[in-house]
Amino acid sequence: MEPLATPEPRWRVLRGVNAGDRWYRAALTGLALTLPLLLVALVGELVVSAWPAIRRFGLPFLWSSVWDPVAGVFGAAPMIFGTIASSLLALLLAVPLALGVAIYLSEFAPKWLRQPVAFLVELLAAIPSVVYGVWGIFVLIPFLRSYVVPPLRATLGWTPFLQGVFYGNSLLAGGVILAIMIVPYIAAVSREVLLAVPAAQREAALGMGATRWEAVWTAVVPYGRAGLIGAIILGLGRALGETMAVTMLIGNRHDIGMSVLQPAYTMAAAIANEFSEATTNLYLSALFEVGLILFVITVAVNGLARLLIWRVARGTAVGSRAL
Amino acid sequence: MSARRLRRRVVSGLMTTLVGVLSFVAVLALVLILGYLVAKGASSLDWSFFVNNPVPAGQSGGGVANAIVGTMIVVGVAALIGLPIGIGTGLYLAEYGSGRLGWIVRFVADVLNGTPSIVVGILAWTWLVRPMGHFSALAGSVALAVLMVPMIARTTEEMVRLVPHSLREAALALGYPRWRTSLRIIARTALAGILTGCLVGVARIAGETAPLLFTALGNLNFTTSVLEPMQTLSLQIFTYGTGPFDEWHRLAWAAALVLMGLVLLLALAARWALRSRHGAAR
Repeated sequence: MEPLATPEPRWRVLRGVNAGDRWYRAALTGLALTLPLLLVALVGELVVSAWPAIRRFGLPFLWSSVWDPVAGVFGAAPMIFGTIASSLLALLLAVPLALGVAIYLSEFAPKWLRQPVAFLVELLAAIPSVVYGVWGIFVLIPFLRSYVVPPLRATLGWTPFLQGVFYGNSLLAGGVILAIMIVPYIAAVSREVLLAVPAAQREAALGMGATRWEAVWTAVVPYGRAGLIGAIILGLGRALGETMAVTMLIGNRHDIGMSVLQPAYTMAAAIANEFSEATTNLYLSALFEVGLILFVITVAVNGLARLLIWRVARGTAVGSRAL
Repeated sequence: MSARRLRRRVVSGLMTTLVGVLSFVAVLALVLILGYLVAKGASSLDWSFFVNNPVPAGQSGGGVANAIVGTMIVVGVAALIGLPIGIGTGLYLAEYGSGRLGWIVRFVADVLNGTPSIVVGILAWTWLVRPMGHFSALAGSVALAVLMVPMIARTTEEMVRLVPHSLREAALALGYPRWRTSLRIIARTALAGILTGCLVGVARIAGETAPLLFTALGNLNFTTSVLEPMQTLSLQIFTYGTGPFDEWHRLAWAAALVLMGLVLLLALAARWALRSRHGAAR
C-alpha cells in the first residue's frame, strides 16, 4: 500500500534525457491515450446512435412502459425497474453474507484459514457469468421451486412481493444468482477496508473491556464505514451491468410488478436479447439509448463507490485490485 | 459473573459463530457450483466431444471442437491487441503518471473497468460489425481487448511501482538511459507481477459472453477466419443452456465444465506466477 505514500523519488528530477528517452515516452504516452480516446468514442457513439430515439421520445422514455417494436413505440421503464429491483434484491442477500465473510476473515478466522478461504471466495468471481446462468437454470431454479418458494409463501404469502405463480424464471431467481455473483467483490473490498483499520482501534476497545464482537462492531466497522459502503456500492455497480446470468434467469418480460416470483427484464438483458434482432433504425436507436442509460448509471454508481473507498484507503487501487 | 456480562459474552460468541457460518455458506456456494459442473459435465467429456463439431438439433452426439478453437482464436487475438496497450499504459502510469494525463488515464481506466461488458460489445458492433456489414470474430476480439486494457494497465502500474527506487537509481547512476532502465531493469524486475496481471486479465475475458453476442455471434461450423462469425465456448453454453433439448443441456454442462477448467487453469497459473518470483509482493 505504500508506494504512493513515499516521497517523490529523486530520479524524476534528473534532466539528462536522450533521443531514446523521448521516443520511449512518446510511445508510452500514445498507448496511454488509447483509454481516454476509447471512453470518448464510447460515449460519443452511444449518444449519436441513441439520438433518434432521444429526440423522438424525450424524457418520457424513462417512465413509459410501452415497448412495441412493431408500432415503433419505446419506453424503458420496465427494464430500468427490473435492473434496479434485481440489483437491490441481490444486495439485500449479498451484503450480510459478504460482510460476514469479510469480518470473519479479517477479525476472527485462524491465521491458517484466512488465505485459503479468501481465495475460495474470490474464486466465485472467476466463474463465468454464462456458467452461473446454466447452474441457475438447472440447479437454482428447481431448488427455489421445491425448498424456498413454498415456505416463503406459507409465511409471507400475504405480502405483495410473493403474489402470482412461480414458473421459475423470475426476479427472485435473477436476484439470487446476482447475489452469489457479487459476494466475492463486496467481500474482497470489505476485507481490505477492515484490514486497513489501525490495530489501535481494536486494542482501545478491547482495553476498555469490550468483548471481541463489541470491539469489531463498535470500533472497527464504524471506522471503516465509508469504505464498507463503498464496497457495497461497488457490488451494486457490478449487479446493475451483469448480463448473461440475469438474461438466462429473470424471464425477460416487459412488465413492472411487485412480486419477486414474476418474470422481469433488465436493461442489459434487453440489449443482449434484442440487439441483433432490431429490425428498424428506431428500434436499434432505442436499444442504444438503453445502453446509454445503463452506462451512465453504472459510471455514477462506480464513481461514488471509488470516492468512498478512497476516503479509507487513500490513493491505493484497493478497488481495482479486488476486481 | 453478572448477567449483563454473561449476555455480552454470549452475544459475542454467537456473532463470531454467525460470521463463521456465513463464510462457510459462501464457500459452500462455490463447492455447489463446481460440484454440479463436474457431476453433470464430466460424464460427457469424451474424445468425440473435443474433436467433433455440433450436429443439427435433435440428433445426439456431436462436440464443441469449433467452439474450443474459436475461444482460443477470439481470446488470443484479443490478447494480442489488448496486452501491449494495457502494459504500455501501465508503464506510462508508473513512469510518467504523476501529472494530469496520468490522473485522467487512471480515472478513465477505473470508469471503463466498471462499464458493463455488454455496453463495450455495442461499441465493437458500431466499429466493426456495422461498417463491415456482417458479424466477425475480430469484432468480438476488439470488444474483449477493450475490456482487458484497463485491468492490465492498473495491475501493471501497481506491479511496476513495487520495484524499489534504489534499483532504478543504481541503473541511472551507471549511465543507463531512462528508457533502457525502464524496460531492462524495472519492467524486467516486475515481470512476474505483470505476467500475473495478464493471466488474470485473459482469464476474465475468456469466460465473457455478453460482448460476443452481437460481434462474434456464434457459428455452427468450424472456422479459423477472424473475419467470419465464430463460435466460442461461452456462446455455445448460452445457446445450449437456454435451448429446449435434453441433449443440448448435457452438452451445455460439459462445455461449461471445459470453460470453467480453462478459466481456473489461467487463474491458478496467475497465482503461481506471482508466488514463484514475487511472493512478498502482496
